[in-house]
Amino acid sequence: MSRNTEKLIIAGKQYTSRLLVGTGKYRDFNETRDAIVMSGAEIVTVAIRRVNIGQNANEPSLLEILPPSKFTILPNTGGCYNAKEAVRTLRLARELLDGHALVKLEVLADDATLFPNMPETMIAAKELVADGFQVMVYCTDDPIQAKMLEEIGCVAVMPLASLIGSGMGILNPWNLEIILDRATVPVLVDAGIGTASDAAVAMEMGCDAVLMNTAIAKAKNPVLMAGAMKKAVEAGREAYLAGRMAKKVYQGSASSPAEGKIS
Amino acid sequence: MPLNIQFNGETRTLDAAMTVAALIAELPLAGKRFAVERNGEIVPKSQLANVEIRDGDRLEIVIAVGGG
Repeated sequence: MSRNTEKLIIAGKQYTSRLLVGTGKYRDFNETRDAIVMSGAEIVTVAIRRVNIGQNANEPSLLEILPPSKFTILPNTGGCYNAKEAVRTLRLARELLDGHALVKLEVLADDATLFPNMPETMIAAKELVADGFQVMVYCTDDPIQAKMLEEIGCVAVMPLASLIGSGMGILNPWNLEIILDRATVPVLVDAGIGTASDAAVAMEMGCDAVLMNTAIAKAKNPVLMAGAMKKAVEAGREAYLAGRMAKKVYQGSASSPAEGKIS
Repeated sequence: MPLNIQFNGETRTLDAAMTVAALIAELPLAGKRFAVERNGEIVPKSQLANVEIRDGDRLEIVIAVGGG
């Protein structure tokens, strides 16, 4: 499969790490930075929000903690509920990041589930692709719609494992398998990872990368969990490349020789 | 002539006409990355000092914050 390259390639650019992380929900910027450095992530997501007019000018900003010279900043459209808001937000992000085109599109449908609004996601994706953006798109795990997003020109499709911030892991591996089987752009699991084994499972299945935020930020020890996630993603990738043994459902197979036993 | 504008969703009165750059200079944004939208259109960084704020303008100034 053309996706199966040694390094992660998104929109023509190579990345060594297959773990992408969000920057929300941390206690403070020190914890944000320490966890993200420990994760080894090269791509980090950020949200775009109105500046707080009362803020102290001496306080550092997120992009001083995580400078675009060291990280690929992936602006998101978190909190957007229609295509218009999402496109507007990413145009501001592009100006803020000096023309940077790689973005994460997410158009939410309802604030209880944060499930994607797929019709609005499609509209926004078309408009953004036409405007020169490189769109990584958060979507449902519907293989048909994931393929439609690829055909629109999205540079990566990012189906949810389970609801954003739920930590429930991969709830529908069968749909994810179909998406992986059909996609020719990178497939990332985005949302729903709870712990290291969830990330490893996604990678073992052949996902190109995993994007997470809450699983690290809301662990009791985020920095330690960031390291665990790094290892899980690496281990899962290596297991995928190694090719797992065939499952034998009804018969055991001894690892020790049957000959030469003492009795 | 005072100007009434919408700035990040709130009504604000400016005592006199000024450029977008002059307004930004009053904010805690020195050395930081931000982006400006005026009446729904991006104002490129190169144009901030040339664009005069008009009565009734809707301005949005955004930064990057933590998010997933």
